[in-house]
Amino acid sequence: MMRHFWSRFCRLLPLAATALLAGCHGALLHPAGPIGMAERSIIYTATGLMLVVVAPVLVLVVLIAWRYRATNTKARYEPEWSHSTRIEVVMWTIPVIIVSILGVIAWRSSHQLDPFRHIPSPDQPIHVEAVAMNWKWLFIYPDLHIASVNEVAMPVGVPVVFHITSATVMNSFFIPRLGSQIYAMANMQTADNLVASRTGTFRGISANFSGDGFSGMTFKAVSMTPADFKQWVAKVSASSQHLDAAHYVALDKPSENVPVTYYSQVMPNLFEQILAGKFRSGQLLARAAAPARGSK
Amino acid sequence: MFGKLTLSAIPFNVPIVMGAVALMVLSVVAVLALVTYLGKWKYLWTEWLTSVDHKKIGIMYMILAFVMLLRGFADALMMRAQQALSYGSNMGYLPPEHFDQVFSAHGTIMIFFMAMPFIIGLMNCILPLQIGARDVAFPLLNNFSFWLTAAGAVLVNVSLAIGNFSRAGWLAYPPLSELHFSPGVGVDYYIWALQVSGIGTTLTGVNFIATILKMRAPGMTMTRMPVFVWASLCASVLIVVAFPILTVTLGLLTMDRYLGMHFFTNSLGGDPMMYINLIWIWGHPEVYILILPLFGVFSEIVPTFSGKPLFGYTSMVYATMAIAVLSMLVWLHHFFTMGAGPAVNAFYGITTMIIAVPTGVKIFNWIFTMYRGRVRFDTPMLWTLGFLITFTIGGMSGVLLAEPPADFVLHNSLFLIAHFHNVIIGGVVFGVFAGVSYWFPKITGYRLHEGLGKAAFWFWFVGFYVAFMPLYALGLMGATRRMDHYNVAAWHPLFIIAAVGAGIIALGIATQVLQLVVTFIQREKLRDTTGDPWNGRTLEWSLPSPAPAYNFARIPIVRERDAYWDMKKRGVDLKGATFVPIHMPRNKATGFIMAGCMFVTGFALVWQIWWLVIAGFAATVATLIRHAFDDDRDYHIGADEVRKSEALYGRVKAGSV
Repeated sequence: MMRHFWSRFCRLLPLAATALLAGCHGALLHPAGPIGMAERSIIYTATGLMLVVVAPVLVLVVLIAWRYRATNTKARYEPEWSHSTRIEVVMWTIPVIIVSILGVIAWRSSHQLDPFRHIPSPDQPIHVEAVAMNWKWLFIYPDLHIASVNEVAMPVGVPVVFHITSATVMNSFFIPRLGSQIYAMANMQTADNLVASRTGTFRGISANFSGDGFSGMTFKAVSMTPADFKQWVAKVSASSQHLDAAHYVALDKPSENVPVTYYSQVMPNLFEQILAGKFRSGQLLARAAAPARGSK
Repeated sequence: MFGKLTLSAIPFNVPIVMGAVALMVLSVVAVLALVTYLGKWKYLWTEWLTSVDHKKIGIMYMILAFVMLLRGFADALMMRAQQALSYGSNMGYLPPEHFDQVFSAHGTIMIFFMAMPFIIGLMNCILPLQIGARDVAFPLLNNFSFWLTAAGAVLVNVSLAIGNFSRAGWLAYPPLSELHFSPGVGVDYYIWALQVSGIGTTLTGVNFIATILKMRAPGMTMTRMPVFVWASLCASVLIVVAFPILTVTLGLLTMDRYLGMHFFTNSLGGDPMMYINLIWIWGHPEVYILILPLFGVFSEIVPTFSGKPLFGYTSMVYATMAIAVLSMLVWLHHFFTMGAGPAVNAFYGITTMIIAVPTGVKIFNWIFTMYRGRVRFDTPMLWTLGFLITFTIGGMSGVLLAEPPADFVLHNSLFLIAHFHNVIIGGVVFGVFAGVSYWFPKITGYRLHEGLGKAAFWFWFVGFYVAFMPLYALGLMGATRRMDHYNVAAWHPLFIIAAVGAGIIALGIATQVLQLVVTFIQREKLRDTTGDPWNGRTLEWSLPSPAPAYNFARIPIVRERDAYWDMKKRGVDLKGATFVPIHMPRNKATGFIMAGCMFVTGFALVWQIWWLVIAGFAATVATLIRHAFDDDRDYHIGADEVRKSEALYGRVKAGSV
């Protein structure tokens, strides 16, 4: 019986290994920035630490079951043995030690990698306001008065502070190769501090289901040289499309698989107004905008 | 007259749905026809549907669970097929609005109407036998609980034919689940199905706490209870603590949707984050409500098939209690990415990891129970070994996810999906199958066909790894959950492998169906005449298989932990000489009728047919009041009848009168 088990298990291993190797080419294990790097190293460290106890357990399950199989009459049989203080002390202690180490890592890394924490850098960070919409991402550069849909550009090596909210349901702002995701929620402002350490175009997604157009709600995060970034800003600033209240309301209508769009002359405080629920559509619009709620 | 309900609610134009509906209707008609053909309506009504016998209620729970497993698994196959196809220019065969319903229904059905009924079914069938009781504390309530669960399950399945189901995921996060973003009846079906069945579950929790605390046989102190009983006690306490939170949370969402309130809306001060907190304050204990009883099942199986008492009983009990308490303190790990701040995240990350300690201790306990034993690899033990390996791996990925920064990249990814299927399939599903194959002789009187049982295990075991290891990899590649379409070439082969894995699991399920059929055909050969086919240790094995209606002709006296093992050692004679009349609860239709009325009320609430809501609710209350005036609730099985029944099993001392 056990031989049967082993042969099955061994046949399974290459398949699992192939799958996992494929994973090694994956976004999370090839980060393009220090945040992602730090998160990957936590994944590696924690997995390694746990394997210290998990690997022997897996081996023990198979070995002990096989060694003490009923047909093996040579193995020692103690039908009444059910307690050993020594073994019990060991089996409580080992997990406690591992979990203590993991706990310390959790405490320290939660603080170090808090998405709200600014990344120390000699460069002034770039501020980008990201708005989750049905079903696209709007990126506003408040200092540059430009905005784009489904594409966000950043100069390589310069920290980016994303200020995030949602114009609709809850989404999660996530660029897997750069690291940390964070929820985008209406009326709430979250932040995500990221930096790319190499140039390239990375996949950006919403990592929280938001309705029918969810799968197509992807964006391009482009890390470029400072010169390229300047050009990109110039290109967007030259866009003939302006983002004023009327255009924003039009953009707010649900749409799927939206192509990259650039806007110049973005109205000031657009993000703050979105955050305050100024543009909320549907039956709640009238009341949300009423002075009773304290809006200006 | 019919509220929002019109003929257009039936999706005649969607062939996939109509096919499923046709299949469902045909199956129901076939069953009804079969019952009619066999002339068994009266038998079915008096012996089963209105039964207050915990053993029969347990069987009905498990039949419901198995049927729902088929339904939920059909959803799983549809998802796997869609994601295997839907790459690049191919959009697959399911449009988003259908795919979204499929994954919402899959989660809802598998947790509420597959896993829960299986577990409660096992508890019902076995727990009273293990503590030497003749029934649960509140037998009629038990019947009512079952029918509420069934009513919820029917409501979910009705949504397939009439209207549609929720498209907001299995936990219906607002604001997506609010009226503004989900204007149809889908979320309403979800709410009322869960409310109706949730009340049933809460009542079950109450029932089992009372049963375990008050109805143990003399001599069975708390520390002599089988670990399955301990685990069920902990799970029942968690049910009573957690399920009212679910009821309230869904109640608040209902007020938003029906009465225009703003608990969780985007505007007027509504706070969706509150819902997410509340739902997980229920949801995380729910995870342990699912797994704890199965930890108990494994703690019964490993000693039996190792021919040894459980190693470290006291450790096991403390570990179970510790898990039950800690499970209330970890809910925030489901949303580290909400931005609560590092100290809060770290706190919940660490409490989550701490659960790994008692869980790890349990794993060691089972391993050391096998140590210096005589391990027999019958089907229940195979499931258990499969569990030990699979669950340990799943636990490891779970602790990894408890590191908040790791979760920042893995949250909501397919890595997470792989993780929780790793523990739910590896733990809950394998545990249920282990328990069913272990206790099947006790429940039905027949052993399950062994060869097919082993084949089913291998299909499931291999199928699980083929289906879910690729999902771990996909998660690391940045693939998120709930996508109906993707454009990344590297993902495609892995999704295809995952679909193949689901196919292998399908073979496992088919083998299990075949196993039931073959067992039925060969039932005479497989009959368990001993009552103790596995050389068991606990009291249920001291009874004939299946146990008679009254369970114990004489209530046993317990002296040791493994009570029946102790009796066997001491050579206690199970045959009786004198018999006394046994006091029994009478079968009543009250539970069935009340749950039926509540189903009608739920359906009417979904479609806002207000006169029917009032009528259904009034009928529920009227049935309850009528029952309050019904004094004919119990009867005695005469001493002679008990003697006759015991004689059938050869349990009457020769020469006694």
